[in-house]
Amino acid sequence: MTISFIKMKQLVSTGKMSRRDFVQLSMAAGMTAVAGENLFNATARATPKKGGHFKSGLGHGSTTDTLDPGTWENSMVSDIGNIAFDYLVDIDTKNNVAPALAESWDSSDEVDRWTFQLRKGVEFHNGKTLDADDVVASINHHRGEDTKSAAKSILAIIKDIKTDGKDKVVFELNSGSADFPYVVSDYHLPIMPAKDGKIDPQAGIGTGPFKMENFEPGVRYSATRNENYHGESWFDSVEMLTILDVVARQNALQSGDVHFIDRPDLKTVQLLKRNAELEIDQVTGFGHYVAPMNVTMAPFDNVDVRLALKHCFKRDELVNKVLLGYGTPGNDDPLAPSIKYAIDPEPKHQYDPEKVKFHLKKAGIDRLKVDLSAADAAFAGAVDAAILMAEHARDTGIDINVIREPSDGYWSNVWMKKPWCFSYWGGRPTADWMFTTAYAAGVDWNDTFWNNARFNELLVQARSERNEAKRAEMYTEMQNILHEDGGIIVLMFNDFVTAHSKKVAHGELNSNYDHDGGYMYRRWWMA
Amino acid sequence: MHPILKTILQRLGLGLLTLFVVSIIIFSSMQFLPGDFATAVLGQSATPETVAAFRKELGLNDPAVVRYIQWIGGVVQGDFGSSFSGRSAGREREVMELIAPRLWNTLFLAGLTAAIAVPLSLALGITAALYRNSLYDRTINATTLTTISFPEFFVAYILILLLATLWKVFPSLANVRPDTPLMDRIYMCALPALTLTLVIVAHMMRMTRAAIINLLASPYIEMARLKGVSSSKVILKHALPNAWAPIVNVIAFNLAYLVVGVVVVEVVFVYPGIGQLMVDAVSTRDIPVVQACALIFAATYILLNLFADIVSIVTNPRLLHPR
Repeated sequence: MTISFIKMKQLVSTGKMSRRDFVQLSMAAGMTAVAGENLFNATARATPKKGGHFKSGLGHGSTTDTLDPGTWENSMVSDIGNIAFDYLVDIDTKNNVAPALAESWDSSDEVDRWTFQLRKGVEFHNGKTLDADDVVASINHHRGEDTKSAAKSILAIIKDIKTDGKDKVVFELNSGSADFPYVVSDYHLPIMPAKDGKIDPQAGIGTGPFKMENFEPGVRYSATRNENYHGESWFDSVEMLTILDVVARQNALQSGDVHFIDRPDLKTVQLLKRNAELEIDQVTGFGHYVAPMNVTMAPFDNVDVRLALKHCFKRDELVNKVLLGYGTPGNDDPLAPSIKYAIDPEPKHQYDPEKVKFHLKKAGIDRLKVDLSAADAAFAGAVDAAILMAEHARDTGIDINVIREPSDGYWSNVWMKKPWCFSYWGGRPTADWMFTTAYAAGVDWNDTFWNNARFNELLVQARSERNEAKRAEMYTEMQNILHEDGGIIVLMFNDFVTAHSKKVAHGELNSNYDHDGGYMYRRWWMA
Repeated sequence: MHPILKTILQRLGLGLLTLFVVSIIIFSSMQFLPGDFATAVLGQSATPETVAAFRKELGLNDPAVVRYIQWIGGVVQGDFGSSFSGRSAGREREVMELIAPRLWNTLFLAGLTAAIAVPLSLALGITAALYRNSLYDRTINATTLTTISFPEFFVAYILILLLATLWKVFPSLANVRPDTPLMDRIYMCALPALTLTLVIVAHMMRMTRAAIINLLASPYIEMARLKGVSSSKVILKHALPNAWAPIVNVIAFNLAYLVVGVVVVEVVFVYPGIGQLMVDAVSTRDIPVVQACALIFAATYILLNLFADIVSIVTNPRLLHPR
């Protein structure tokens, strides 16, 4: 019986068996008609098929947006990168680098010289064939003195880019970086056709699965299938709409005007869930809310005070009250669980009055009094989170004095100025990238002013280590050091919450960015 | 010269003078906005050099007077300059290119709303005056006052809930394209037009009612009644012609509001009108666009007020033939 079902399912998914036949056979096999019908739907939905016009309603977009990838700063325009364009490499659902326009890559032993082998026979929408010059020009658009690109700083590691024949590109780096392929997956770096060594950033022409049809900044972007696409995609055409108002966005989804929306109102997601035609997706991304302590200032210069504070509040209650459950409690490790080399350091930091008393005693403090600066500019609900923490901490012998700061100017007047405050990280796709941005000694955004010799030493070593096992060992040690000694309290990871109509279906979702990592337009299909 | 023509020319001249003063106010208030386009666009990556390069490229380093003269000189010739955003080598976005399609959308929505709201409120106002203090009058008054009292977005949400989500009569999004056919356009704009109608009807309807009722106490109306004219004729033939002046003024005021003040409705229905463009331009300090929008809004007010004045003069023989 089971075998025949599997066969039937195969026939359905390849389109060789009709709904009627399927249901009749299921009934003959002893199932009810409804069960057979449901099984047919589930099986048919699970198989991608071509066709349909996909519409998304996004809570981003402004009339000042442009097609120049150097200026992309919201996901309405950054999604274009995966509609009309391709990148050298993609990020897969496990956050590994996957081939895209580059079919393979290799590095020198010092990992300071990377060679990317390009896929052959790829054509741009204007008929030009992709070659190495296009890649060089596309990356160089974001480098150099007079560029206004937002990707300039992450490309500072590149010393030189050269072509090696028609389908090889060589990157010379200033120093070794084993994670370099992640850098060229950045959404600012789509590949465009070059003419005389320059790209036309406003033309909107790429190698992607869809050709741009219409772009009205702050209103819509639409594109139709590229028949010459080198890969797979399902929709005949796609359309993005900017719907800034959250209620309007949810209404558009419910009335069927769009198939997908991002950022639904978390307070009313429960009501959307009740609608049988909709599906809510929840993905833990890299983004996290933190409470950085300045370890150069008293009392936070004492590691026992830091440990006492890490144990003085109930993390799951913060997730339930501030994120309404759409998140995961943090464990003072800024790497999201889905990032390569991420661990869950032991012992897990959670509310524990005994440990607070133990560490305070060790620090020679009877009752600890600290100020915590908070404003909702750090993240939505930051002030509520601070008050909750103060309530929890009072019984453990710590008095947290919550100072409500103005949201305006928070990042210039409070963050990295006050000894203890709140902040937010969008997260980075690799351990090295995250640590180098915020925890290496002396970097601009080291908001805890933490300087740990062993950690810094390991950071440099791990960056150019090619042996996976050794690298994993180093990152494990670094996460443990940061967990125990660091000045960062990672409160929680927030989830990407999106909603879509059951008329569209998808496979496993990416977690590097919202919108299935930006890949939904090419990966999803009409059910 | 015919006195009306003379008045129109006089008013147009005064309107131009007002517009000139407004342009000075707009330009100088833009100077008070904190930050500039360079810092707003570059954000975190704004180093002093890139900001300086940006400012030089946009000509922000010239003295304000020079920039004003350049700008107003261009405007007089119909050239509103080019937008700060979306610039790249050899490519600029003309301000008019940005504004024209959205201004057309805004005027279309305003026109559609006016076509529903003006006849509706006149009819309601006249009938309410005719049957004043009746149940009908009270119902109309209470309903319109209720709809005007709610914020626009709330009225919009209620309409979306009833007419787009529960009963799928109209689409909840009014994201028209430049090439949308007229009938589709009207269909898509139904909910925003209905929302705006509910918001403005009360004002016009109550002014109509009040103006007519005010006149009904006059001796000449009493005379008409005494000679046996029916009450509907009294209102339409005798009262209404004298009531036009205040009614038209209120209508002009509301029409101007439909052009310049509907950004909330635009956002809720994702309607690509000029309001959203101006809000985005202010937040990114895209000064040429803000200035052009503000000037267009000022011109709208001036022209509609001029229209209202002319109608009041034409409909009032005492003003039309002054002694």
